[in-house]
Amino acid sequence: MSWLTEFPELSRGDLMALRKTLDGAYREFSREYGETIESLFDPLLTFLIWFEKLLIATPWWLMIGILLVITHLAARSIKLTIGVGVSLFLVGYLGMWEDTMSTLSIITVCTLLSIVLGIPIGIAMARSDRVQAVVTPILDIMQTMPAFVYLIPVVMLLGIGKIPGLIAVVIYAIPPVIRLTNLGIRLVDKEVLEAADAYGASPWQRLLNVELPLAMPNIMAGINQTIMMALAMVVIASMIGVAGLGQPVLKSITNQYFTLGLLNGGAIVVLAIIFDRVSQAYAKRAQRHMGDQHS
Amino acid sequence: MSQPLIKIAGLYKLFGNKPKRHMELVHSGKTKDEILTETGHTLGLREINLDIQRGEIFVIMGLSGSGKSTLIRHFNRLIDPTEGRVEVEGEDIMTYDEKTLREFRRKKMSMVFQRFGLLPHYSVLDNVAYGLKNQGVAKAERDKHAKRWLEDVGLAGYEQQYPAQLSGGQQQRVGLARALCTDAEILLMDEAFSALDPLIRSEMQDQLVQLQSKLHKTIVFITHDLDEALRIGDRIAILRDGELIQVGKPAEILLEPADDYVEKFVRDVNRARALTVETVMQPALCRISSDNIDEAVKQMREQKSDYGFYVADDGFKGAFTLGQLTDLAEEKGVQSLDDAASEGAPVISPDSPLEDIIPQTLNHECPLPVVNESGELTGQLSRESLMQVLTGSPGR
Repeated sequence: MSWLTEFPELSRGDLMALRKTLDGAYREFSREYGETIESLFDPLLTFLIWFEKLLIATPWWLMIGILLVITHLAARSIKLTIGVGVSLFLVGYLGMWEDTMSTLSIITVCTLLSIVLGIPIGIAMARSDRVQAVVTPILDIMQTMPAFVYLIPVVMLLGIGKIPGLIAVVIYAIPPVIRLTNLGIRLVDKEVLEAADAYGASPWQRLLNVELPLAMPNIMAGINQTIMMALAMVVIASMIGVAGLGQPVLKSITNQYFTLGLLNGGAIVVLAIIFDRVSQAYAKRAQRHMGDQHS
Repeated sequence: MSQPLIKIAGLYKLFGNKPKRHMELVHSGKTKDEILTETGHTLGLREINLDIQRGEIFVIMGLSGSGKSTLIRHFNRLIDPTEGRVEVEGEDIMTYDEKTLREFRRKKMSMVFQRFGLLPHYSVLDNVAYGLKNQGVAKAERDKHAKRWLEDVGLAGYEQQYPAQLSGGQQQRVGLARALCTDAEILLMDEAFSALDPLIRSEMQDQLVQLQSKLHKTIVFITHDLDEALRIGDRIAILRDGELIQVGKPAEILLEPADDYVEKFVRDVNRARALTVETVMQPALCRISSDNIDEAVKQMREQKSDYGFYVADDGFKGAFTLGQLTDLAEEKGVQSLDDAASEGAPVISPDSPLEDIIPQTLNHECPLPVVNESGELTGQLSRESLMQVLTGSPGR
């Protein structure tokens, strides 16, 4: 009766065999298809590199100018615009301009990718309870599984570089936008939906004119969360070769450079605050007519 | 009667997972509660048959849970019945596929909602034009229509506001304008005025009746308020626990309630306001055709009546009591009734509510003549029958 006192575990040999089989099979798979899959991502990689180069090649004053214009158009707040300008200048003054631009480029691409993938998935979840039942646990896993674990197969398949980093960031950052798109659409006032149906809206008209606009406060909150989580992944992504502010942070961990870490960490915070305030101010402005009908 | 515009036949709605399977139980006559305990399905509507005529305001009245909101959603198939047919102009709309149904909803029926159902991110103008937008009408064209309807409901100048900036009454006016803007023939109004405070509500009721006299739509109106039903309805259907109890004209509901349930409702109604003279008047019995007073007195005596209505070839002239006539003849020497017409009893109109004519009626011993707009005598109203109606005593 040994199982009473000891856990009935798989024998060491069997466990080893299991691991070997799975690893072997996956290695076979990545050897076989790795290049094909990698080539699928080529257009994305080209775009990523082009975009990063563009941001870095743009003169710093022009870049700050563009960012200030975007901030002002989105938020219409002089205070915020000045704040963004000063902090960007400081970041550059402390020698982190290029890394910041790299990070900005990958975060922008990751966010766009998350939105492009996440909103349709969220809509599908809101449409069907079955899809929701399938997707929700997947999202739970994506958010709780340590990033390093799913980095392993990605790196095995695609090697080290920008694309695996991008995939890791997207996996980690996409759940909020999916969840909140789903939630937002499900929370749309039933009577307004009935009105849309009663006035003969087609499914597309209903989605574009009613559901998405009314779900927008929630979707915007989701996008905001997605951006924040993407920024949080910058350091981990740098471990598999993504350029940007993560690299010096990593370097300062291994070499115990406290100030270097603090400065680069500060630059990440600055980016986060800019993204957050601008997107929130934009969301608030876009919904100023909603009044108290939608809280 | 001509073919009804909307015909609902044998309509059943059973809410639950497998409603079709349990329809036998429903047909076997089990009650709502029995069905719920046996199957976990809720019976929403049981055997509804309705004919709604073109151009009438048809009110469906019931308390909450009576199934009235469920019923109205069958008219445009926001809810599909478990069994039964919904016909509009003789066409069974249950056979429509999605596209046809959409066209039908865009063109034939529009709806006003209890909590307005406006799009909060659209301006008032865009809200009114919403139905036309779904139809694919160009922006300039639909704005033109929407502006006109906004004016008609008294909201000119509010075009660029947003719904959240308006009061409840104003929002519902937008809802009404939106419904009218598609030029749909049928208007479904689901407790449209219930969310408004009493003053605004009666204002909106008046506005609806007034618009209707101009537009002649067919309106299906849901309410839980009998006063509202009596005020605007041409016909009223009373719904309880998903079953139709009575369908009839307001006066029929008031004066001949089908059962205790309806009677209980009717008891608290202000009859003097709800009923018009026309619904309670009686045929004018004693008509006098002669202009000569002596002849008139003779005619009255022959008919054993102590009052009479003088009706000449060109219409009603006056009402007199026997005593009045003898006085006139003996003391003043008047010979012709035409000369005495101004002395007669006041006339009342068939359309006036009872509360307006109570004083006149009570002040006269003899019944008052009821005379319509073209000057014809249509009936008489005595203070006895007025009292009988107002106190709700049986026998009528």
